[in-house]
Amino acid sequence: MVTIVKPENLVYSRPQAFTEFPTHYCPGCTHGVAHRLIAEVLDEMALTERTIGVAPVGCSVFAYNYFDCDFVEAAHGRAPAMATGIKRVLPERIVFTYQGDGDLASIGMAEIMHAAARGENITVVFINNAIYGMTGGQMAPTTLPGMKTTSSPLGRDVETQGFPIRMSEILANMDGAGYIVRRSLHDPKNIRMAKKAIRIAFETQVRGLGFSMVELLSTCPTNWGISPLESLTWVEEHMVPAYPLGDYKVAAGVAGIKA
Amino acid sequence: MPRELLKGNVAMAEAAIRAGLEAYFGYPITPQTEILEHFSKRLPELGRAFVQAESEVAAINMIYGAACTGARVMGSSSSPGVSLMMEGLSYIAGTEIPTVLINVMRGGPGLGNIAPSQGDYFQAVYGGGHGDYPRIVLAPSTVQEAIDLTVLSFDLAEKYRTVVILIADGSIGQMMEPAELPEMRPVNRVDWPWATNGAIGRERRILSSIYIDPNEEEITNLRLFERWKEIQKNEVRYKEYYCDDADFVVVGFGTAGRVALSSVRAARQQGIKVGLLRPVSLSPFPYQVLDELSKRVQAFLVVEMNMGQMLNDVLMATKGRVPVEFHGRPGGVVPFPDEILAEIQRVATTKLSVAPDPRHAWYDRMLAMTK
Amino acid sequence: MQKEILIAGFGGQGVLFAGQVLAYAAMDTGHEVTWIPSYGPEMRGGTANCTVVIADEEIGSPLVQYPPAVVALNLPSFDKYEALVQPGGVLVVNQSMVDRKAQRDDITVLYIPGNEMAEACGNRRLLNMVMTGALLAAFPVMSLDEAKTALKAHLPAKHQKLIPNNFAAMDKGYETAKEQLGRNQ
Repeated sequence: MVTIVKPENLVYSRPQAFTEFPTHYCPGCTHGVAHRLIAEVLDEMALTERTIGVAPVGCSVFAYNYFDCDFVEAAHGRAPAMATGIKRVLPERIVFTYQGDGDLASIGMAEIMHAAARGENITVVFINNAIYGMTGGQMAPTTLPGMKTTSSPLGRDVETQGFPIRMSEILANMDGAGYIVRRSLHDPKNIRMAKKAIRIAFETQVRGLGFSMVELLSTCPTNWGISPLESLTWVEEHMVPAYPLGDYKVAAGVAGIKA
Repeated sequence: MPRELLKGNVAMAEAAIRAGLEAYFGYPITPQTEILEHFSKRLPELGRAFVQAESEVAAINMIYGAACTGARVMGSSSSPGVSLMMEGLSYIAGTEIPTVLINVMRGGPGLGNIAPSQGDYFQAVYGGGHGDYPRIVLAPSTVQEAIDLTVLSFDLAEKYRTVVILIADGSIGQMMEPAELPEMRPVNRVDWPWATNGAIGRERRILSSIYIDPNEEEITNLRLFERWKEIQKNEVRYKEYYCDDADFVVVGFGTAGRVALSSVRAARQQGIKVGLLRPVSLSPFPYQVLDELSKRVQAFLVVEMNMGQMLNDVLMATKGRVPVEFHGRPGGVVPFPDEILAEIQRVATTKLSVAPDPRHAWYDRMLAMTK
Repeated sequence: MQKEILIAGFGGQGVLFAGQVLAYAAMDTGHEVTWIPSYGPEMRGGTANCTVVIADEEIGSPLVQYPPAVVALNLPSFDKYEALVQPGGVLVVNQSMVDRKAQRDDITVLYIPGNEMAEACGNRRLLNMVMTGALLAAFPVMSLDEAKTALKAHLPAKHQKLIPNNFAAMDKGYETAKEQLGRNQ
């Protein structure tokens, strides 16, 4: 890499766990932030070499291009099952999935529930932006009541289209879950808290303390049809009230982990 | 190893273990549940991985994940469960990683029943998951063959980086026969150049079935075909009985093939010069031997436990040179030797002509028979 | 040589195990053999059956439509299989559970009071061994001793203590059948 900035002035650079591959995400999308937090944690914990990632189907389908570790690409919703297969034959490796709300909370509901129930020693990063991004803005299981999408053009009508699903609350009820928290990526303070949570989630796996998941409230400016900045405000004003931030399950062994 | 009296399902599971199987993921379904049960006991005691998954959908994706690491891994199910696995199998094929899958077929379509059937020939040989991918399909007809083909499946899957499907049926899964298991091979995890097992001291690897650029996907499809040509050249397997001087040849695989063996012997005792060709590899199919037989026999009789699926391949192989007659029992019915014997007698004594679809005449005979 | 035996009865009457004893004996004496059960829901308390084929060459069909030997442990099995016994064949009936006589006169029919004989041997669960003994008297596909040797060789260690009673049940069945055969002649 060509060094333009003097080392003493360097305050921000590409994490080692990242490749130099430019991401394909839309401007203002928080996928990039979430990716970076994972990469920083992998760097800090020196885990990259022994980590195997599982990419989903959804906007982050190409996640495997961006992390400098082994990666596999799962079928839609099946990342927790695929991660289970990897972890069971390579228990010393670190295995994480990166999944969106359609992937995890709709088509992959059975896989995520049972991976948690089994206490599968994997880490899940769950991006909740209340919409299907890749297919162009359809209703997701996490779409808020009244929220307009291309498949709920009049706004999600809970009478006919059901209610949003709160995954962290549900998964926290699983005895096999070691660490289940919800964070948000809408401002620097929350992003710092999100990173700590991702760190603890990986620590949970390293220590063999069971299933860990960090749900991240995220934006989709493109499909929400508002600017990136407005999107961040929208997360704070609409998503955080519907999906309260907090720790939903911190198992006894996990509570002592400092990040 | 000494001969033991072994149940087909248990024999296949133990054979896989002895071939170095490292992980199994499955879901209970009759008539193959003994496979899952055997693994649930044996794999943990050997320190290997066993997970009873929440569904066949999850199971095949666990298999997918484990196979990506280069471990020897397999799945098993029966027809409805195999249908659920087809999505994952397509991904596995598209990712070009070795995987072994056993389908102990039962009567269908739909929930059907749990009786032995061969209704999934098309699914295994031609269909299944979406997309264009060749696969190896093997069909045992005895417990010993089920053992031998299970062991072979792993070697073939790894050699050609392909999916290998073993189609047995409830009869082979449930029956006991004396058979010899192989010696226990140690687990030998190969660090394949493609395996995503952690990028320690090497470049990272990606395993995926996604090729966004259609030109790349086309190249991938062609690469699969290149491998398929090798498979066609090297891996055709079949067994011939009494074919040397045969005027007529019965063609049947698996259980239908072995039932037909009884009928062929009985017909021989009556002086009918009939032989049996039992394809063991259904994919690649033994086209060439059928092609050659069609130049010197008077007619073929295809016997299947379905409505005529392998029949298409026999028709393709014999190129309309001689009549190909069909006798099938779909829905989970297993033919008795006597009824196939009657068909052999009919074929041997009736003036036949080449029919565009032998199923039509078969259907009329079935109506008369089941009335 | 190829011989087929069908054993049928209620689940729990030891139908499948009786067939396995014959299959083990056939294997141990160097024959080819297949044992195939009916399986599935009907096993759970309903009727169960198994077919054993013993031969000197590779066995084709593991099932036969008209077996030369049938053991019927209950009335539904008797009703179903009486008509299917090969002409000249043998039908061994558990008289304890069948209240009628066979209609056929072209087969050998033995009526064995299996339940009572099993109880007399110490356990009603010995019914299957009583009937196996009776079968081998009428259908000597193997000697009684060969069947006994196989039973002893393949019974798990924890059940070995049951061997004397099982042997007694087989002997009883065999003797009763021999007596009846003698009378019939």
